[in-house]
Amino acid sequence: MLKRLLKNPLSLTGIVLLVLFFFMALAAPWLAPPAKPCPSFVYYIVPDWLLRPFMKELPCEPFRIPRDGFRATPLPPDPQAWTTFPPRLKDESGRMLHPLGTTENRYDIWYGLVWGTRTALIAGILIVGCTLLIGIILGAISGYFGGWVDSVLMRGVDFVLALPTFLMTLVILSIWGRGLDKIVLVDILFGWAGYARFVRGIILSVREREFVAGAKALGASHWHIIFRHVLPNSIYPVLILASLDIGSIVLGLSGLSFLGLGQGEDYADWGQMIAFARNRIVGVAGGDVMQYWYTWVFPGMTITLFVLAWNLLGDAVRDILDPRLRGMR
Amino acid sequence: MLGFIIRRLLFLPFLWFAITLLTFLLLEPLGPYQRVALFINVNPEQAFGGKLTKEQLQRLIEKYGLDRPAIEQYIRWIRQVFQGNFGWSKVAQKPVFEAIRERLPATFELGLYAVLPVVLIAIWLGVLSAVHHNKPLDHTLRFFSITGYSLPTFVFGIFVLMFFYGILGWFPPGRLSFWAERIVYDATQFTRYTGLNTIDAILNNRWDIFWDALRHLILPVLTLSYLSWAGLQRVTRSSMLETLRQDYITTARAKGLTERVVILKHGLRNAMIPVTTIAVPTVIGLMLSGVVITETVFNYKGLGLLSVDATLQFDVPMVLGFTLIGTSLIVLTNLLVDILYVFIDPRVRYD
Repeated sequence: MLKRLLKNPLSLTGIVLLVLFFFMALAAPWLAPPAKPCPSFVYYIVPDWLLRPFMKELPCEPFRIPRDGFRATPLPPDPQAWTTFPPRLKDESGRMLHPLGTTENRYDIWYGLVWGTRTALIAGILIVGCTLLIGIILGAISGYFGGWVDSVLMRGVDFVLALPTFLMTLVILSIWGRGLDKIVLVDILFGWAGYARFVRGIILSVREREFVAGAKALGASHWHIIFRHVLPNSIYPVLILASLDIGSIVLGLSGLSFLGLGQGEDYADWGQMIAFARNRIVGVAGGDVMQYWYTWVFPGMTITLFVLAWNLLGDAVRDILDPRLRGMR
Repeated sequence: MLGFIIRRLLFLPFLWFAITLLTFLLLEPLGPYQRVALFINVNPEQAFGGKLTKEQLQRLIEKYGLDRPAIEQYIRWIRQVFQGNFGWSKVAQKPVFEAIRERLPATFELGLYAVLPVVLIAIWLGVLSAVHHNKPLDHTLRFFSITGYSLPTFVFGIFVLMFFYGILGWFPPGRLSFWAERIVYDATQFTRYTGLNTIDAILNNRWDIFWDALRHLILPVLTLSYLSWAGLQRVTRSSMLETLRQDYITTARAKGLTERVVILKHGLRNAMIPVTTIAVPTVIGLMLSGVVITETVFNYKGLGLLSVDATLQFDVPMVLGFTLIGTSLIVLTNLLVDILYVFIDPRVRYD
């Protein structure tokens, strides 16, 4: 499968882009080092919205973008930051340099994009991982046992699928308040149903195979059969298709933070950076329209390439897994 | 068929019930003082001369039972809803029902212009793309469609706004220009029959206002429809390609039918079956979140923009009102799709 993906120019583009994005996320502390180093590597990996419930005070928040003064107007990119790679964020005199300029309110765009990649991938992987886990467990139970267990679980799935996810997100955020932690939680609450139904379908077809009957005849327990025999023989397409959902999940997250429902304005999050660009697309009155081009070009391009990469890869993978589903999602 | 429609319509109140009950259960962890601001019908500041003491708040909480269990509060609320009272919206500064009645036409106008052209153009282009499979036209259309579903609505909206407003100055954001707004909301000069500015302008025979409303609509409509257009075109193309490979298409061609009849009658009708079931509900779902983002990008004062403000300011009754309307829209469109399905695919019977 990998060979076919690498041969197709479209999916190859997708893979190359995704490798770049993963590199950006992994190398974030090197590409855009925070002003003061954190006391523990944990702060680099676990975002503050996950740490907050467990710690009263956070000594270090690398996901918050450094701010250069308190003026509202954006600053243009500094070419002298690019004399080295990774670009310098400070010159010899300690003045801040901005490799890609700043957004409105002077948040560094380079820093925001690099750490925003980390935010996007952490949130995306977390959501897909949790929904998948719930989906697989419930789907496997439902498909394997059948009968009333199946009916009850599948009515639950029907109900969750009937709820309008985006609208329910708004309702819940209006009660709990904004924040990525809440958005992630809501996505998990409403996201598992599709996977559960999908897994159930696969389990139903595997359940009747000889090796399951064989395991039963040998006296294996239900759990042993489900997790050692049934799931390993049916899980791979589910895992692959689910991991491709990261692109659209990140798109949803950044849409919500564009609306102002994310972590707040200094947080490294692509949607938030686009929201800043909105006020600057026409430059200043009577001046050059393109004066603040960097505020919307860089964040806009980053998020578009990210989604494009997942879509390119996703299309190719779906074609290989099931040619009849070509182009449908 | 009628039985099927009634069964499906009965599902709607059930869904409303579930969503509202869920909301009340989620409100349970909040304290009664936080809840007092959400569930009273009058504006507390006006009702008490601008001064609310702690005792008065306490009396309000007791009067409306906000310290009672969630279920009891819920029954109280449902009773009010049956009397047509959906609560007070802090953000709109008026009852939720009135706020929705005021803002719904704007969103409806946007959706109306976004949905119909999308469906027709997307299907047409999808067919074109399939008929010209692997030719330059197909490649061009596929390029636009793949960029279309990769460009987030808010990025696309900002790009077109920058180009058509910032550089060209053709299509400004907002819903009406200032001068037009003054005329439209002046009852002596202008009668608002439907609340849809373009239609009202024609009915009032004010073509300058019609043009102004249209100018403000073009970019939001384009932004809202581009993503759905890209998806729908893709599905139509692949479904059409699948259909054109079938034996009956070869038979139809062998009978000597014209290519037009083969493609539109034998091909498209069969290709439309997966398009209606898969694509139309997806498009409606996309439109709901799309409308909220589009209205925010263009500062288009509709229900979506109001709901975002409401979400940011803990205005639960308003968000709940928007959600119930959105849910109804989804359920009703799905029902409509299922009914249409019978006409598109005569093999389907619901009884």
